[in-house]
Amino acid sequence: MQGFTYARAAVVSEALAAGREPGTAFLAGGTELLNWMRLEIAAPARILDITHLSGLDAIETLPDGGLRIGALARLNDVALAPAVVARVPVLSQAILSAASAQIRNLATIGGNLLQKTRCPYFRAEEMLPCNKKRPGSGCAARDGLNDRHAIFGWSDICVATHPSDPAVALAALDAAVITACGAGGRRIPINEFYLPPDAGQDRNSVLEQGELITAIEIPGSAPCSIYIKIRERESYEYATVSVALALDLDVWRRIARARVALGSVAARPWRLTAAEQALAGLEPGAAAITAAVESGFAEARPLAHNAYKIALGRNLVLRAIRLVAEMTP
Amino acid sequence: MLTGRMKFREQLDLTLKVNGREHSISLDARVTLLDALREYLGLTGTKKGCNFGECGACTVHLDGRRVNACLVLAAAAAGREITTIEGLADEKGMQHPVQQAFVDQDAFQCGFCSPGQIMSAVACIAEGHTRSDAEIREWMSGNICRCAAYPQIVAAVRQAAGD
Repeated sequence: MQGFTYARAAVVSEALAAGREPGTAFLAGGTELLNWMRLEIAAPARILDITHLSGLDAIETLPDGGLRIGALARLNDVALAPAVVARVPVLSQAILSAASAQIRNLATIGGNLLQKTRCPYFRAEEMLPCNKKRPGSGCAARDGLNDRHAIFGWSDICVATHPSDPAVALAALDAAVITACGAGGRRIPINEFYLPPDAGQDRNSVLEQGELITAIEIPGSAPCSIYIKIRERESYEYATVSVALALDLDVWRRIARARVALGSVAARPWRLTAAEQALAGLEPGAAAITAAVESGFAEARPLAHNAYKIALGRNLVLRAIRLVAEMTP
Repeated sequence: MLTGRMKFREQLDLTLKVNGREHSISLDARVTLLDALREYLGLTGTKKGCNFGECGACTVHLDGRRVNACLVLAAAAAGREITTIEGLADEKGMQHPVQQAFVDQDAFQCGFCSPGQIMSAVACIAEGHTRSDAEIREWMSGNICRCAAYPQIVAAVRQAAGD
């Protein structure tokens, strides 16, 4: 690990001013940053500890029934908050399926979104071709072992997936990432937050140097929602494929609106937009549901070893629809 | 102490409060809480397994919550309450009920993961995540036991939760 200097920020304005200087990294939970430094994925010259900033860990309800979650709220606190469990169970379930109890006590909801891929070529301690770690060195996974990699939206530059579970739930919930920076800040829809995989090194999201996530906002509530995660171990493992589903049912219990996001299939949570449109108006038990779900996979482009993710993803969405249809809001 | 003036420093003078005792140390900003406990304070009960947050052997309590000490900078832990396996026994040296349960249930073979397992179990019970064996397994999944004493570990957590 390369040397760095450390300081604690007491107020947000101080953090934003110091964060603008290149080479400065914000430290929140630290569960990713420390490992990045160990693997030389990142080598910041200055670490700015923001965990003492006050007022950035609150979980508040919004007038429209939605939620505002402070960026520094710890994952376990978000998942177990009664308002989150009741209003957006999909988010609570996604968080509790992520990492371990210990890591969720450190990791924050804001930092979670900024995880980098778990592609083994990217995380390898040896020098392997990886455009995300060393631009121009190639992508070892493109023609290597890619059973855990993307089926949507990849390029020859990078075929990796994003590992976050909470981000998949937030994508299905149309959440927004609220930021602050010297010039003010912005509200970034989560589905515009991640950059395509051929963007430059270290640019997985649209965040600029010194731009700080201050909150996540979720519009409205989604009591009929679920997160299902398929993995090779029962617990404490990244997803093979996961699904976040939120259904709005009308008075005849037909699907008024479906929001479906898949995890571990692309460099960002992947909304199945075509399937969502095809599902609208259908009864959850209708035979046409299968074709509607399959339409979401028309643009899938499997790699050499991961065509199974199409069948797995389709079956997962179908199972999620069955389970959510049994819920009463 | 470290707050307010926003001075970025490479060498830090800080105070760690471990098991109720304050320790003033000077260290490089890179030193983790795990290495500070083991190498600077001589508290080697907390084990260094993977050093990547994957195995749970370094589990300690930070302000009463279980965390991986290898994922926390010592600087970030300054001013917080830290509890390690050495801090579990009472003043008379009587071991903690969770430690006794691990002995009673034979919940280890080599013992390397045990301090982390026990620290995690104490927190798991305090959190109330012991309503079934499945819930215990889920909330203890951040602690790996390569001897695979998992059935005995679950039994020990169940026993201690019932005490």
